[in-house]
Amino acid sequence: MAALRCFLRSGKNAVAAGLRREIHQTAPASLQVTVRDALNQAMDEELERDDRVFLLGEEVAQYDGAYKVSRGLWKKYGDKRIIDTPITEMGFAGIAVGSAMAGLRPICEFMTFNFSMQAIDQVINSAAKTYYMSAGLQSVPIVFRGPNGASAGVAAQHSQCFAAWYGHCPGLKVVSPWNSEDARGLLKSAIRDDNPVVFLENELMYGVPFELSEEAQSKDFTVPIGKAKIERQGNHITLVSHSRMVGHCLDAAAVLAKEGIECEVINLRTIRPMDIETIEASVIKTNHLVTVEGGWPQFGVGAEICARIMEGPAFNYLDAPAVRVTGVDIPMPYAKILEDHSVPQIKDIMFSVKKTLNV
Amino acid sequence: MRKMLTIISTVLRGNAGKNGAEVLSEGARAVVAARTYADFTQQATFDIKKCDVHKLEEGPPLTSTLTREDGLKYYRTMQTMRRMELKADQLYKQKIIRGFCHLYDGQEACAVGIEAGINLTDHLITAYRAHGYTLTRGGTVREIMAELTGRRGGIAKGKGGSMHMYAKNFYGGNGIVGAQVPLGAGVALACKYQEKNELCVCLYGDGAANQGQIFETYNMASLWKLPCIFICENNKYGMGTSVERAAASTDYYKRGDFIPGLRVDGMDVLCVKEATKFAADFCRSGKGPILMELQTYRYHGHSMSDPGVSYRTREEIQEVRSKSDPISMLKDRMLNNNMASVEELKEIDIEVRKEIEDAAQFATTDPEPPLEDLCNHIFYNEPPMDVRGTNPWSKLKSMS
Repeated sequence: MAALRCFLRSGKNAVAAGLRREIHQTAPASLQVTVRDALNQAMDEELERDDRVFLLGEEVAQYDGAYKVSRGLWKKYGDKRIIDTPITEMGFAGIAVGSAMAGLRPICEFMTFNFSMQAIDQVINSAAKTYYMSAGLQSVPIVFRGPNGASAGVAAQHSQCFAAWYGHCPGLKVVSPWNSEDARGLLKSAIRDDNPVVFLENELMYGVPFELSEEAQSKDFTVPIGKAKIERQGNHITLVSHSRMVGHCLDAAAVLAKEGIECEVINLRTIRPMDIETIEASVIKTNHLVTVEGGWPQFGVGAEICARIMEGPAFNYLDAPAVRVTGVDIPMPYAKILEDHSVPQIKDIMFSVKKTLNV
Repeated sequence: MRKMLTIISTVLRGNAGKNGAEVLSEGARAVVAARTYADFTQQATFDIKKCDVHKLEEGPPLTSTLTREDGLKYYRTMQTMRRMELKADQLYKQKIIRGFCHLYDGQEACAVGIEAGINLTDHLITAYRAHGYTLTRGGTVREIMAELTGRRGGIAKGKGGSMHMYAKNFYGGNGIVGAQVPLGAGVALACKYQEKNELCVCLYGDGAANQGQIFETYNMASLWKLPCIFICENNKYGMGTSVERAAASTDYYKRGDFIPGLRVDGMDVLCVKEATKFAADFCRSGKGPILMELQTYRYHGHSMSDPGVSYRTREEIQEVRSKSDPISMLKDRMLNNNMASVEELKEIDIEVRKEIEDAAQFATTDPEPPLEDLCNHIFYNEPPMDVRGTNPWSKLKSMS
């Protein structure tokens, strides 16, 4: 049953299902862990490690989390450390920031980042800017986390990607994990970081299992914020992406490989501070660049990458203009056929790669 | 006796004056000091205005006992605050202070009275009219003024300005109206969580009192029984809008609904002190938050760009100054009850004036922050990083 759900979820279906069956025979130490469980375990371990860490948000405690990401935590840690809030984002985000100013290390969950707009003043003006305004007197060790971007059939008000909005602001770190290793390692880093971190999850990825190595399962495993990862090596073209679209890029790369096109796929992992060096090194090698994101094109993550590539050493190595694959520039529609055509599909990525390579 | 003292001090002053400044010579001071111990009343009890209460069985006491020592301390602090704000006014008009400058003169009894009712280990947060609180929470006049003039000796190294001053257990100085209220409740949450029997005083104005996030905060603070004293400094005008034109209910002490409230005479430092002590006891006993409305008045306009007379009359301002000035009220009480002498208070005035002059001198001569500081303090506890400047070739250094 789980394998069937997995099959329907993403293009990695066959591969993942196959791995599943083999896992017990080949590598006993590594485990198949869903992104949801990876996040859950990361929070559990950090709550245990540091008394000052606590979680607050809507339905995080007794409901086990709107998307079950905080399952079991309230039972284990109780009312003091896992707090259900009323539906008052501006208020509870402000309370979370205030508690961070006074010595605690809150994890503030937004049920989705769409609701963070109600609290965005607290994230930007109270959290992000305070260390600077106080010239180092007042730090704000807080994590804002929750699902970001498109989901399935939730329509316009519940589908916006906030990577570009938060990525715009100095004083914030903005992180966008793709797989379970990312989720686990980056969330632990975010909680241990002494600065405000916006942690953009993806609802459609919660149920997707990935292999977690033994090292990645250890309690002190962290993934550094600000460092991108090359998920797949290639020579012909660089694909840069974040969150769910990384999976789409890998799927596109797999198909393109059959046609002799080897894509290098970079998983940004962090939006701000952006690891442009890794992208530059890759472009210098491949001479071609396509960025892929779920969010809108104007002023998006891809726009920033292209601008920086223009301004840096990699420009001279480009054999074609750098190009962005993005969500369609419209509010998200509801009908499935329309929704499917509002976000990049694998064929869109492949098309852009071939156009860029002029093949 | 008094006449004799005046004669002696005049004679001695003639000998000792430095730069023509009025300085009480050693001799005169010794004569005055000799009078201190024997003649003054060490302590007196004063009647204070009764506080209106909301959802409370009883309010703060109707009398307040003041020691001579405390009286002199409150007088000095209020006078320092007053002179500091007036000096800021001067510097602003000389364009040495820029941008926003929201002055606190007239409201001194609030800041001083509140601090008298809590401990320095308690926490406090307020909005942008924050210079007075920066002082009572441990900032020096020098640091405050240098921050206003944007110099490296400022309390925030010149990077915050008037609205963003911080000190230990003082969380600013906040520019967004109302945003500080949830922050304050968060500080109170941390107090409760860390079990140190500390509380948070969370201030806002009559203008902010209509903000939605404040009601969200009332709800959570009450639900979770946070040790938070919400204080509305009602100075009757939110910028240029009088309370009657902004609020359907101007009973700000009742606006917390399920949160008990007090309406307090904010011009009387003793009334504010007693009310704050009452509120602090309430919080510390674990009963949850409480709300205080301080009825006060600001002499200046909303900020330095507001003359303050387009929405209120000069007569109104003058009336408050003559009938309810907080410093005069304390001074009269002390003099009428033989708790201090005119000379003694004058000497404090002189010392305060000198302190302000020195601070202003520092604030105008201290250099501006070095350009190297431009990109510092983005992140805490972080290795040095590069920050993009105005153009792609400009890579600036950022240190933690």
